[in-house]
Amino acid sequence: MFNNIKVDKVGIEDRINRITKRSLKSESKLRGLEMILSMIDLTTLEGMDTVKKVEQLCYKATHLHDQIPNLPNVAAVCVYPNMVKTASKALKDSDVLVASVATAFPSGNSTLAIKINDTKEAIEKGANEVDMVISRGKFHSGDYNYVFDEIAAIKDICGEKARLKVILETGELGDYDHIRFASEIAISAGADFIKTSTGKISPAATLPITLVMLEAIKDHYYSTGEMVGMKPAGGISNAKLALHYLMLVKETLGNLWLDKHWFRFGASSLANDVLMQIAKQKTGFYQSNNYFSKD
Amino acid sequence: MSTNIQPLEFNGNWELSPSIESIEHLALKNQYGLFINGKFVNPISKKFFPTINPSNETKIAMIAEAQEKDVNLAVKSARDAYDGYWSKMPSKERSKYIFRIARMIQEKAKELSIIETLDGGKPIRESRDIDIPLAAAHFFYYAGWADKLNYAFPNKNPKSIGVAGQIIPWNFPLMMAAWKIAPALATGNTVVLKPAESTSLTALKLAEIVQEADLPPGVVNIITGPGSTGDLIVNHPGIDKIAFTGSTTVGKSIMKSIAGSSKKSTMELGGKAANIVFEDAPLDQAVEGVINGIYFNQGHVCCAGSRLFIQESVYETFIRKLKDRMQSLILGNPLDKNTDIGAINSNGQLININKYIEIGKKEGAEIFQLNCEIPLKGYWCAPTLFTNVSQSHAIAKEEIFGPVLGVQTFRTSNEVINKANNTPYGLSAGVWTDKGSKVFNLTSKLKAGVVWANTYNKFDPTSPFGGYKESGHGREGGLHGLEAYLNLS
Repeated sequence: MFNNIKVDKVGIEDRINRITKRSLKSESKLRGLEMILSMIDLTTLEGMDTVKKVEQLCYKATHLHDQIPNLPNVAAVCVYPNMVKTASKALKDSDVLVASVATAFPSGNSTLAIKINDTKEAIEKGANEVDMVISRGKFHSGDYNYVFDEIAAIKDICGEKARLKVILETGELGDYDHIRFASEIAISAGADFIKTSTGKISPAATLPITLVMLEAIKDHYYSTGEMVGMKPAGGISNAKLALHYLMLVKETLGNLWLDKHWFRFGASSLANDVLMQIAKQKTGFYQSNNYFSKD
Repeated sequence: MSTNIQPLEFNGNWELSPSIESIEHLALKNQYGLFINGKFVNPISKKFFPTINPSNETKIAMIAEAQEKDVNLAVKSARDAYDGYWSKMPSKERSKYIFRIARMIQEKAKELSIIETLDGGKPIRESRDIDIPLAAAHFFYYAGWADKLNYAFPNKNPKSIGVAGQIIPWNFPLMMAAWKIAPALATGNTVVLKPAESTSLTALKLAEIVQEADLPPGVVNIITGPGSTGDLIVNHPGIDKIAFTGSTTVGKSIMKSIAGSSKKSTMELGGKAANIVFEDAPLDQAVEGVINGIYFNQGHVCCAGSRLFIQESVYETFIRKLKDRMQSLILGNPLDKNTDIGAINSNGQLININKYIEIGKKEGAEIFQLNCEIPLKGYWCAPTLFTNVSQSHAIAKEEIFGPVLGVQTFRTSNEVINKANNTPYGLSAGVWTDKGSKVFNLTSKLKAGVVWANTYNKFDPTSPFGGYKESGHGREGGLHGLEAYLNLS
């Protein structure tokens, strides 16, 4: 079923080294920054999340920085299932989607029945997207069929109602070869997006890991013609790094993927740094971060 | 793999804005003399020639043409410096001078890389990240050996040779000067170095560094001029050793000239390297290595991986990946930090490359080129890929020295070893496979001085570099590089 494609660590890192040497200035930088904003899944996934906190975050999602006209909204707000209702209500008149983590996020250590229920509930309450985690323990013990079947079962629940993002939790998978293989399992089992991390494990997203996953997406595209989305998440907190990610997507998958339908950033603090850079590009001056609302 | 799938599109949508390195602060003179005996002097003939920027055909500066009397002066000053002090100086003192040069190259790295790009046409990314850092690294490396020669060659008695005549090419001007000068100085020799006619500037900047480093006069002499100046160095009776990097044709004629004389020689000549991709290779990284192997420095690299061999089972997949990757290469102003492919070094070289592209088409190979805008002025060649190439095609046999890749397929290890070795050259090769045993099998059977495994065009001063067969003799870099400048008894 799988090609058993190999990944060379040194080669992957060389390629990233080259991508990060791209110099983004003036017009291209501004356009890149605006694209980044539109691709953010604004995220809060904390034990101490409250209705008020989520409401504030949803307001931010649709009013990134009113002082600058014509800014795009973020792509989605990403919350725990018990906050989906709150988020849906707050975002109902906007183009911002509601994404919910599910399947016993972040460890994924629970029964399939509980995971299915978790997903069903999130969708019933109004989630447009489901961010599931794979069973890393099963992956490491070689039970790849279990990992595949579980993803396929969750995909079944999502059906046409919600797009499915599959979190590999790359920080727990180890080698690039594992990440490549897990990407292929997720894609074949029906993932609409593959996603690096929960944000709860370090290291979270990195450029080399993202490249390994983008290459899996590309190979899948060339063998089936189907597009799969990509979402690096965790640890992307500044605009410069996010621009490197965008450049990596552009040079690996091309124009089609430079769209929030196919590429997302999972981040909580990235938006403000991007806004600060946009303000700098438009006015010529850096403004204090106190001018950007922290929600 | 399905064939009716829409190809990926990499151009348009989100273009990079220009990001040009400024040239305002360069300290360049309008005219450069010859660096002889620690001073810049005018050539006796008073003849100068222009050096031009190949990306826009504008003149940068006038360069002196050294003729017979100038060469005599340079060789005499090198001889006097050798006999007078350099060969007698305690080796740890020599070492200090070389370290000083290395540090000064680092300090002036930015200026040197911009000049290298202006004069030679290579992308600033390469001169900044590869050429100049490697030039400094070479001086650092050999500075460290200068006072340890007895340990490098245990039970031998290493002695310097005398005056080295060094002739270098235009593809890596400063780096080649470093490869030549650093080991020669470390081993106690003095030098007369001639850079290539089209790229003299960074060698002359190096002369300024040598001056500023307070190296005793005459230890390093740098004289400029066309090929005829090189002939004068080769045939000069006061020269004890010739170190040449350049074409095989010139290398052969040098060997004829010095035959029967007591001159020692090292020759680093042409190449037609095989880059071999097995079906079990990490394919995407191999694509990157193939791109880096042939389009690095516009293919002006003697060890360029210009013959690509792909195992037939992954041929279609690999070619598609390769074409995709080619689309994201950026050709243009070499001073732009985003440029991947700069200008061809000279009009003469461009004519030669275009001649081979025409031959390739006539021979029936199928051409694919990067679809990009070519600047109106200057010398440019879009990265080119030929498929359906046969082992007997001229583009598969002869060195093109440009961004032109010829692709062939193979079925078994033995077949590809035979094909790879079926060339008069033997400078380098690349092997791409996930299997370690396959790497070792091939490296022991490929007749090439350097074999890279799962990477390509990686250089390091600690690693010897040089060729088999018509790619030359002698090694540069590493311990072997010292030996080339020593008499061991």
